[in-house]
Amino acid sequence: MFGTGIIVFRETLEAAMIIGILAAATVGIAGRSRMLLGGIAAGVAGAIVVALLTGRIAEMAGGTGQDLMNASILGFAVLMLAWHNIWMSRHGAALAQEARRVGHAVRGGEKTLLTLFVVIALAVLREGSETVLFVYGSMAGSETSALQVLTSGSLGLGAGALAGFLLYAGFLRIPLRWFFAATSGLILLLAAAMASQMARFLVQSDVLPDFGNPLWDTTGLLSNTSPAGVLLHALMGYDATPSGLQVVFYVTTLIVILFAMWMLRYRKDTISRF
Amino acid sequence: MVFYRLMLLVGMLFPITVLAADSEIVLTIREHRFEPSELKVIANQKIRLIVKNLDATPEEFESHELNREKVISGKGQATIYIGPLKPGRYPFMGEFNQKTAQGVVVAE
Ligand SMILES: [Cu+2]
Repeated sequence: MFGTGIIVFRETLEAAMIIGILAAATVGIAGRSRMLLGGIAAGVAGAIVVALLTGRIAEMAGGTGQDLMNASILGFAVLMLAWHNIWMSRHGAALAQEARRVGHAVRGGEKTLLTLFVVIALAVLREGSETVLFVYGSMAGSETSALQVLTSGSLGLGAGALAGFLLYAGFLRIPLRWFFAATSGLILLLAAAMASQMARFLVQSDVLPDFGNPLWDTTGLLSNTSPAGVLLHALMGYDATPSGLQVVFYVTTLIVILFAMWMLRYRKDTISRF
Repeated sequence: MVFYRLMLLVGMLFPITVLAADSEIVLTIREHRFEPSELKVIANQKIRLIVKNLDATPEEFESHELNREKVISGKGQATIYIGPLKPGRYPFMGEFNQKTAQGVVVAE
């Protein structure tokens, strides 16, 4: 019974962290809450559809269809997050300042709002489809009653959402000069974490070689099932036993996005100097 | 045993052929249990693990030791590639039914 709540909490936490960080990163952009809620709604609808189709999706590509679908979803989300961060590196600091000054009514963030919508929808879709399947599975199981499953499931969902909200609220208390660096830093880590998960799916479906599995094992130091491990996994993709390919994907994503952000900021400086 | 030694000998002569041929193992889920609960596999070789779920409810094959996690729908089946594994024991479980669904891959 308690297990249902914990699993739902874990899945919700991952999506809630992403929503919390993105909500903080777009504070002050007009129309933001509509995009946030729209993204969540689209994600939930998508999750139900994917959960219903799981059997058929799984049968595709010689039984690895699900991995390939997950890898594509994650790859797309990584691109969106990268685009968001790069765009914000040009406009974000000014946007945040303006937002605080004129009171949450800044125009000009429409482009990044769309990425916000897509990333949230994809995150909710991915974590949600597993949750829907799991809750359905537990209710169909004979050991626990449907009411118990729904109760502990809702508790898990509520706790996960609360964690996401606390992260968001925490962000809003960060002084303005660090705010932008903090949100874009976490989005950067999120993108790298998703790239690493994507690598895992590509290895498990044998599309790419693992380059060592695991490359190292820090389970003794910090296990993936401990509370701190779960939190670090959701926030920055911590994995106690990563494969070599996961590390390659993680580091490459970090470097590529950081480089693009640095390039654009540099260009902006030179342009404004003239 | 003799067969494996022979395979090993052939493998030394034709390493590429042996590497290309992944061995295939079928794991069944029935009443929230894995059958067999202990899977013996050859060490240092990639394995194509086919998981057949005979239950009506979905199950998630999960193993930190193997670094694998995959949902198998009710009455469905899925393919998971594992290894090449160093000799040893690699526990796995069904995350949706942890009490009953427990198993281990033994590589030797
Ligand atoms: Cu998850």
